[in-house]
Amino acid sequence: MPALPLDEAGKYVAAAYLVFLALLLVYVAIMSGRLGRLERDLTDLNRELEERDRQRERDPERVA
Amino acid sequence: MHGKGLRTLAFLTALTLTAAYALVFFWTPNEADQGFVQKIFYLHVPMAIVALCGFVAGGVAGLMYLRTRDGKWDLRAYVAIHLSQILACGVLITGSIWAKASWGHWWLWDEPMLVSFLIVFLLYATYQVLRFSIEDRERQARYASVFAVVAGAFVPINFAVVRMAQSYVHPRTLGTTTGGMPSEMMLTFLIALAGMALLFVTLWKYEMASKSAGAQVRALRLRLLGDDDALPRRSAAPTL
Repeated sequence: MPALPLDEAGKYVAAAYLVFLALLLVYVAIMSGRLGRLERDLTDLNRELEERDRQRERDPERVA
Repeated sequence: MHGKGLRTLAFLTALTLTAAYALVFFWTPNEADQGFVQKIFYLHVPMAIVALCGFVAGGVAGLMYLRTRDGKWDLRAYVAIHLSQILACGVLITGSIWAKASWGHWWLWDEPMLVSFLIVFLLYATYQVLRFSIEDRERQARYASVFAVVAGAFVPINFAVVRMAQSYVHPRTLGTTTGGMPSEMMLTFLIALAGMALLFVTLWKYEMASKSAGAQVRALRLRLLGDDDALPRRSAAPTL
């Protein structure tokens, strides 16, 4: 098959590189979602620990 | 621990890939036969090589798990295979685009390189399913490691057999019989390959760091609060 002219070939080359970019962006988006979930888990953990500390201060014998 | 040096690695990856693709479009000459379409080569081939090496690395990590029974090796194998699957998906799509531009067909079933790569991709597609089907974590890691070792050994054998195949229309990348690539093309290709390898290592470290941090948060939750929710649910992903 003869080489495609530049205007025709450009579409295919752009498509291939955009596929790579899209894959990378989707991966980063998924990973940032996971990071967000991890941050939420850490916030929850901190909140629960603070709540536990407050309860301990209020009623040390019961918590112990 | 896996996050150490990640920023430098990410910077180096961005720099190498930017340099590689700048060279592809502004410096490297067009190939005589295929013309501008051949620029896909600098993306498609490094991605394929790195994906296949990632599968083999997964096999090596699986072997290390079987020797040591350390869960970290299972996680390393899982992340390497997972990333290689993503790259392999990219290889199939970009290869298909290149095939359409060069040969006039999206896919050729009588082309050994295309079909063998699809077989490797489909083989590894069952890895996640295998993992998810086993609830017991130790058994899951053991079976998945055996799979990773066997499939990891299959990858280079499969590649070698295809290279030796008689019926061959797929362009041979690093062939020596035709005199190889001109030096500009070879240099650009090597930089693109280094960039893709760095990208793989960066994402591997990033995902390892993320999974390791997640496992630490769960362990902390279980230790401090005795929370049952902290126990890992059934998943294909290994837990530390």
